[in-house]
Amino acid sequence: MAKYLKNADSEWYRQRITGVMICVLAVFAIILVRLVYLQVIMGEKYHTLSLNNRIRLQSIEAPRGFILDRNGRVLVDNRPSFDVSIVLKDARPVPETIGKLARHLKVPPQDLMSKISGSKGVSAYKPILLKQDVGRNSLASVEANQYDLPGVAVNVKLRRHYLNVQGASHLIGYLSEINSVELASGRYPGRRRGDFIGKFGAEKAYEKYLRGIRGGRQVEVNATGQVVQVLKTVGAKAGENIYLTIDRNLQTKAESLLQGVAGAVVAMEPGSGRILALASSPSFDQNIFEGSMSHEQWDLLISNPFRPLENKAIQGEYPPGSTYKIVTALAGLEEGVIDGNTEFFCPGHYRFGNRTYRCWKQGGHGTVNVTKALTESCDVFFYQVGQRLGVDRLAWYAKACGLGSPTGINLDREAGGLIPTAAWKKKRTGIAWQEGETLSLAIGQGFNLATPLQMAGLIAAIANGGTRYKPMILESIKTAGGRLLQQNQPRVVGKIPVRSSTLALVREGLWGVLNGAHGTARGSRLPDIEFSGKTGSSQVIGRKKDDPFGKEEKPAHLRAHAWFVAYAPSEAPQIAVAVLVENGEHGSGAAAPVARELIKTYLRKRHTTNQVARDEDVADKGSSG
Amino acid sequence: MFDRRLLHYFDWGLLALAVLLSSIGMLVLYSAVTAETPAPQKIIFYKQFVWFSIALVAMTIAFAFNYKLLDRWGQPVYVLCLLLLVWVLLFGKYIGGSRRWLLLGPLSLQPSEPVKIAVIIVLAKYYSKDANTRGFTLKELLQPVVLVVIPFVLILKQPDLGTAGLLLLIACSITVFVKIEKRSFIYLVVSCAAVIPMVWFFLKEYQKRRILIFLNPDRDPLGAGYHIIQSKIAIGSGMISGKGFLKGTQNALSFLPEEHTDFIFSVLAEEWGLVGSVIVILLFLVLIVWGLHVAQSCREPFGTILAVGVTSMFFWQVVINIGMTMGLMPVVGVPLPFISYGGSSVLTTAIGIGLLLNVSMRRFMLE
Repeated sequence: MAKYLKNADSEWYRQRITGVMICVLAVFAIILVRLVYLQVIMGEKYHTLSLNNRIRLQSIEAPRGFILDRNGRVLVDNRPSFDVSIVLKDARPVPETIGKLARHLKVPPQDLMSKISGSKGVSAYKPILLKQDVGRNSLASVEANQYDLPGVAVNVKLRRHYLNVQGASHLIGYLSEINSVELASGRYPGRRRGDFIGKFGAEKAYEKYLRGIRGGRQVEVNATGQVVQVLKTVGAKAGENIYLTIDRNLQTKAESLLQGVAGAVVAMEPGSGRILALASSPSFDQNIFEGSMSHEQWDLLISNPFRPLENKAIQGEYPPGSTYKIVTALAGLEEGVIDGNTEFFCPGHYRFGNRTYRCWKQGGHGTVNVTKALTESCDVFFYQVGQRLGVDRLAWYAKACGLGSPTGINLDREAGGLIPTAAWKKKRTGIAWQEGETLSLAIGQGFNLATPLQMAGLIAAIANGGTRYKPMILESIKTAGGRLLQQNQPRVVGKIPVRSSTLALVREGLWGVLNGAHGTARGSRLPDIEFSGKTGSSQVIGRKKDDPFGKEEKPAHLRAHAWFVAYAPSEAPQIAVAVLVENGEHGSGAAAPVARELIKTYLRKRHTTNQVARDEDVADKGSSG
Repeated sequence: MFDRRLLHYFDWGLLALAVLLSSIGMLVLYSAVTAETPAPQKIIFYKQFVWFSIALVAMTIAFAFNYKLLDRWGQPVYVLCLLLLVWVLLFGKYIGGSRRWLLLGPLSLQPSEPVKIAVIIVLAKYYSKDANTRGFTLKELLQPVVLVVIPFVLILKQPDLGTAGLLLLIACSITVFVKIEKRSFIYLVVSCAAVIPMVWFFLKEYQKRRILIFLNPDRDPLGAGYHIIQSKIAIGSGMISGKGFLKGTQNALSFLPEEHTDFIFSVLAEEWGLVGSVIVILLFLVLIVWGLHVAQSCREPFGTILAVGVTSMFFWQVVINIGMTMGLMPVVGVPLPFISYGGSSVLTTAIGIGLLLNVSMRRFMLE
């Protein structure tokens, strides 16, 4: 049906605009009525409220989530801390109030005055923090004389409490005050100046679960700042509890074993990648990071030559030494440059080009095959395997074993290690790869670098039949009320690309390290648990030139780093361990005993006290709840 | 060739109104930034002065050429504005959780502000072509919807809920003004009513929370709700005669959030009381009626719709901003024209006034 469309003309628009005007007038009428209501009818009331600005906001801090171990044993919780603050507007006369307060707190009044002059520019209505964490006696005294201390308020604040001083410090991490860069980054919504956030370790990695949501109160106060009436309250929401994969007992054991040396331990479940213990020595006290660290304490931490703040398990990069022979053996067997029967003769040295490469055993190992070469750590055998493989094929296998790049563990600042290739060297130094360097590489010296965590991942994969898991430290996340929010699942990140027969030969060699007649770690075997491993010692200075030092007089910082990687039991392994002791010299002497003790602690406990642990667990939860 | 009639028809009254409102704006801004603790931010006042000078030039340009040229130039301007919006999303400065600003040396610009003018121009162009008394059908509305939705989504992404909503309000006002065909209108209302609950269903929890707070600030007693209370205390405590210039306590003690931008009306009402507030509100009313009068006296559709569009922009900003400070409207960052601090806002206001002057002084030029 055709319809006659009348064009819109000026007259039509004129009418519509008249309609618009009526709407506009109506809306403005509402605004004017509201204005009269606020300023005339309610004016007196609002005027009174504005006189002393009676309506204020107080925040309610959210308790931060706890951190617990795999069995629910508490590692980190919160404890109350009583902080004294002052609102200047309410405290007049200020010097007199401060004088009285200083007597109650038993501190010189100048200290408190300096806090006030240090906060110049802060609104007189905003509280200024005078003293954190006052003792119970001072607290009682201040509370009892509150009437005499206008504008003074005591606030309960929850502070982080790390139960085991220096325990798992690197893994758990610490809190520190948020800085302006972090505030501006937008990564910490709802945080403000003066808030504490996780800066390292799990505290940082799981910040968004742990922190909870801050609440607050709208209150009306009287002229001296006392709350007369709470107008509105928004409750705080407690942060979530983080259950780590570590076993607190094993962690403590690892730390006690590293006492007095610099080094790291990583223990892992071979069938899942769960980290059972991750220790780095020396350690530090996490409690001092929240608030009160002095300059001296800080200087001590950063000037310590053993670098306590570094998590050596994931940040420390070391030449893997003879533990790397596992990779060389895998590559050689898989590429067919040797097989299970290939034998080389070791006279204690190997000549290549115009140089002599020595074996660690001066007299030589005689005739060796691959299993014997692993068991006795024969350098000459692996020189020849390396020579046949060439640098790039070796590197390919090393990378397939997870070396040379970060494992992706959910911790900050993880190092990637280094697996050199010919192209890498050319690019880096401009000098072509020398074949002789491949020989050093094959026994884990030279440019090779690996972290203890990477080596733990490697030995765990050997133990479980070749599957590489992403190392995980998070077991689960639960609400403060105990409801499960997230159960972390193991993640396979790759497979060692070798046949099972290859793996079997390597495992046989590693079994011999502890159980063979000439195994390099024979001294560390356990009577009731059969386990396998590989020793290593990595030169701090090159082996190329003849040692300028006699064996014993070498200065401590030039001694070789001691390595030991192991899994236990040899059949159906339940734990894989990597131990590194800086300047520990011999893997067999310094590192293997540490691994043995850990294996003993873990497996014996599992056999005998599994039930006890569970019971204890329940009791723990009950008391900390 | 200069037509002497242009000078004769020049709308001196409108210009005087704009200058008067700007002067009041400078006074209030001076008070807002001087009394601010801990440190007075007088630099803001001087910056605003610079912006007003730039705005004078922008306004002159906006009335100097014949507005009918916008028929041809509107589209390129619109596209340019869209590009700026994309640019700001990619490279804009990140302040307080959103990307809204482009840095131009010491000054910064929000491209979402001039977008409002660009959308008004392209809509006026489209609607003026075949406006009729029956109104626009759904099919005919498709193109305008696309023209509005693109910038709307880009601004929402920043995220800037206030400006995005404002853009939608302006576009709807213009569309309702040129009339929607009856059946199409019913369709639209019914389908909106059906779709909104479904969208709600798909929103995430925090998004729902934000919208609920937006609609009812009392749900957020520590944020928006608290700001509204402080704003109401400020306005109410001004009573009839006000506390006097520079004497506002709410302002001085930083109890007002954003006192030089979003909540500047609270400063005005506290210091100048009912008398001053009513005068300013009436000046805004006069401005809006004036703008509508310009639209009425223009006798060709493009100019009429353009003037209505610009006037609706002023109307909504004034109503939303003042309404918000009084607790009548949701808490959103919409600046008060002429008064709030902000270069982009000042420029947009000036261009708007320039366009109104343009339409007004060329009302005699009939084909």
